[in-house]
Amino acid sequence: MTAIRRTLAALSQYPSAVVGLAIIVAMVLFSIYIVIAIPYSEAVDLWRGGEGVWLENPRTAQPKWVNLFPGVNLPETITMGPAGESDDASVQKERQVVSEEMTDVITTFTFDYTADEFPQEISLFLTSEHEQKRPLVSLTWLTPDGREIRIADVTVEGPVTVRFSQEEKLQRRLDGVRAEIGLFADPASGADDPTPLKGTYQLVAAGLVFEDDADVDARLVVYGEVYGLAGTDHLRRDLMLALMWGMPVALAFGLLAAVGTSVSTFIVAAIGVWFGGIVDAAIQRITEVNLILPTLPILIMVGLFFSRSIWVMLGVLIALSIFSSGIKTSRAIFLQIKESPYFEAARAYGAGNFRIIFLYLIPRLIPTLVPGFVVAIPSFVFVEATLAVLNLGDPLLPTWGKVLSDARVNDALYQGNYYWVLEPAALLLISGLGFAMVGFALDRVFNPRLRDL
Amino acid sequence: MTDAALPLQPDAASAERPRTQSTLTRVVHYTGLRMIAMFVTIMIGVYLTILIANMGGHVDKIRKGYIREQVAISVGFDEEFKNMNSEERRAHIDKLVALQENRMGLDQPFLLRSFRFLWGAMILDLGWADNMSSDSGSRMVRNIILERLPATLLLFSTSFLLNFIVGIFVSLYLSRNYGSRLDRVIVGLAPTSAAPSWFYGLFFILLFAALLGWFPFGGLVSAPPPESIINYALSVLNHMVLPVIAIFFSSIFLGIYGQRTFFLIFSHEDYVDMARAKGLSDRVVERRYIMRPTLPTIVTSLALSIIALWFGSIVLETIFNWPGLGRLLYLASNIFETSVIVGSTVVYAYLLGITVFFLDIVYALIDPRVKVGGNQGGQA
Repeated sequence: MTAIRRTLAALSQYPSAVVGLAIIVAMVLFSIYIVIAIPYSEAVDLWRGGEGVWLENPRTAQPKWVNLFPGVNLPETITMGPAGESDDASVQKERQVVSEEMTDVITTFTFDYTADEFPQEISLFLTSEHEQKRPLVSLTWLTPDGREIRIADVTVEGPVTVRFSQEEKLQRRLDGVRAEIGLFADPASGADDPTPLKGTYQLVAAGLVFEDDADVDARLVVYGEVYGLAGTDHLRRDLMLALMWGMPVALAFGLLAAVGTSVSTFIVAAIGVWFGGIVDAAIQRITEVNLILPTLPILIMVGLFFSRSIWVMLGVLIALSIFSSGIKTSRAIFLQIKESPYFEAARAYGAGNFRIIFLYLIPRLIPTLVPGFVVAIPSFVFVEATLAVLNLGDPLLPTWGKVLSDARVNDALYQGNYYWVLEPAALLLISGLGFAMVGFALDRVFNPRLRDL
Repeated sequence: MTDAALPLQPDAASAERPRTQSTLTRVVHYTGLRMIAMFVTIMIGVYLTILIANMGGHVDKIRKGYIREQVAISVGFDEEFKNMNSEERRAHIDKLVALQENRMGLDQPFLLRSFRFLWGAMILDLGWADNMSSDSGSRMVRNIILERLPATLLLFSTSFLLNFIVGIFVSLYLSRNYGSRLDRVIVGLAPTSAAPSWFYGLFFILLFAALLGWFPFGGLVSAPPPESIINYALSVLNHMVLPVIAIFFSSIFLGIYGQRTFFLIFSHEDYVDMARAKGLSDRVVERRYIMRPTLPTIVTSLALSIIALWFGSIVLETIFNWPGLGRLLYLASNIFETSVIVGSTVVYAYLLGITVFFLDIVYALIDPRVKVGGNQGGQA
């Protein structure tokens, strides 16, 4: 305990270490929170849920905060209805009896549009309750300047989705302009550079039902260009989920890999030094062979031929790192202290080889292990990202690397979706720097030779 | 993969006087020994790679499936077998497949076969690709890989040399001006090397290609390739800038930090003070008394950094669409082209081995303590 306190006191001398520690503590706390708030299975379900879960999100939408930049005013997603489910006064539904057999169920959506850009797409989700005769819904669009545009007539059988941009008749009525633009464009603006007309729009869904109990419900989604704090990807998924869940995954992967490799390397080095002779020579030769083993290509092979699970990768990575070059460093230090008289004492009372190695040799040098271990964490976090970018990420889990990989595959940089790359990259960078800063400071604390430098 | 992240401890090997032999004999002798040792090492490395690649007989299964398909197609097209019924035809195909498998040694026990593979891999007889071909149209994995190798070597030797030269000069300068503002800035930047080169590559693409448009997004030359050699070279240079900067940025600060530390440690030795007291000029002191004993340690850490560089290359080339070995491996892994994957892995093992061997020789040339036939320099 005192050793830890002394180390912390020494670390507090380095401002970078304090910042790094703060980052690490914040990450750990947040990871614990997120694992409790969104359990593993739920996170996987959400991430793998496909379009169904995220139906009402726009595709590759930027985060909402881009609207804070001067001159940027992108539309947010407007979701309305069905009537009655919320107290929203902007959705009104009324029934008008037309004749004995026919009733008109009219749903009116009223909303303000103030953005400078056009929405991404417009969809209407229709559901109906009927016995045999299918309701007929006709959709009409009312613009702020009083124009009335017929959208489509739809027979509702089960849940029906009307995507405005796919209505061919509407497209013809709008002279071939895409529906999102044609419906919102200011007639005064030129056809080459249309601007949206701001004001109050209305969509009237008049459903003609032919049975007494029949009913039609509608839900309007005007997909915006911004979404949430993190934006969405090409599958409409909220990136926030991956960014948040990526943190515990990255931490767990980095920590486990660093612990696994540094501890196993350390033990192997200690065994080699203690037994000396053939054992030591063998370990040295294995290290040399291991040095030229192409780790990443082997990981790629394992990922392709066997399993992509993050834990299998972790195991292979640790196995390949046991005889890493870190052995040489540890070996040099072990050789120095091996001659200390207390080993003589231990042998005199009859301690066995492994008792000496694990109770006398290794504990003495654990402090020298710590800096290398901390510095190793971020490099393993990046190994996970590297694997993900090579399409070898865990098939289930949302991770930062997978987000980067998706962004790369979908040409995010080329198409200007910078947020998609920058968000996971910033998180990777911050967490990597946090550990690296602490590790470098620890290195100076534990290696007095470096302290004055 | 992680060890290059921290500067290594200075080597504690004892300084022992070499026997009186000319430097040339010593180095030739040493080189010969190292070459044999390295050859054995590469062989073991390649063998392990094969074992891992064929774990559970995956590669065999793929090869067998391929043979069956080829045989079935050739039988199907052959006029001679047109009027066979399906029973006879199947029997015939089975016979041909067995013959082919026997020819390729697939019916032998795995141990024997693995040595056959090993021999093939060592002489770079890496088999044939099913769905990939080199730009010249060859389906031989060796040709596919060798065609991509120059691009990789060009990119990485350039960035390595840049790193090495800039690293040495800047760290010497910093050790001279230890504690200056630049020194503190660079030491403060050392943790940035935790991120691999491709990661910075993304930022550079965003900044210099997407936002500023100064450099291309990726690739080797512009399309269509310029006619004249000079323009071609200029175009390649232009495409090289971003990846080289990415590699440079990802490793330079840590490299300088490590080398600077070594220079500082060695410049506090008594014999350096002695040399200064003798009135030798700073340049001479630096070159003969500080650089000389530090170089072996630096070469060792360079070996580790190059290895990290090779692996970083796979994603870096993918990000920059650089048509090298790394991108080949990525493409092959996307379409499950086993022979190319195993082949590239073997070539990577070779590259690593050659790198380590080469640095060993450099080590022998600059380290006066190398004992011939001793513990092989004590370094890898």
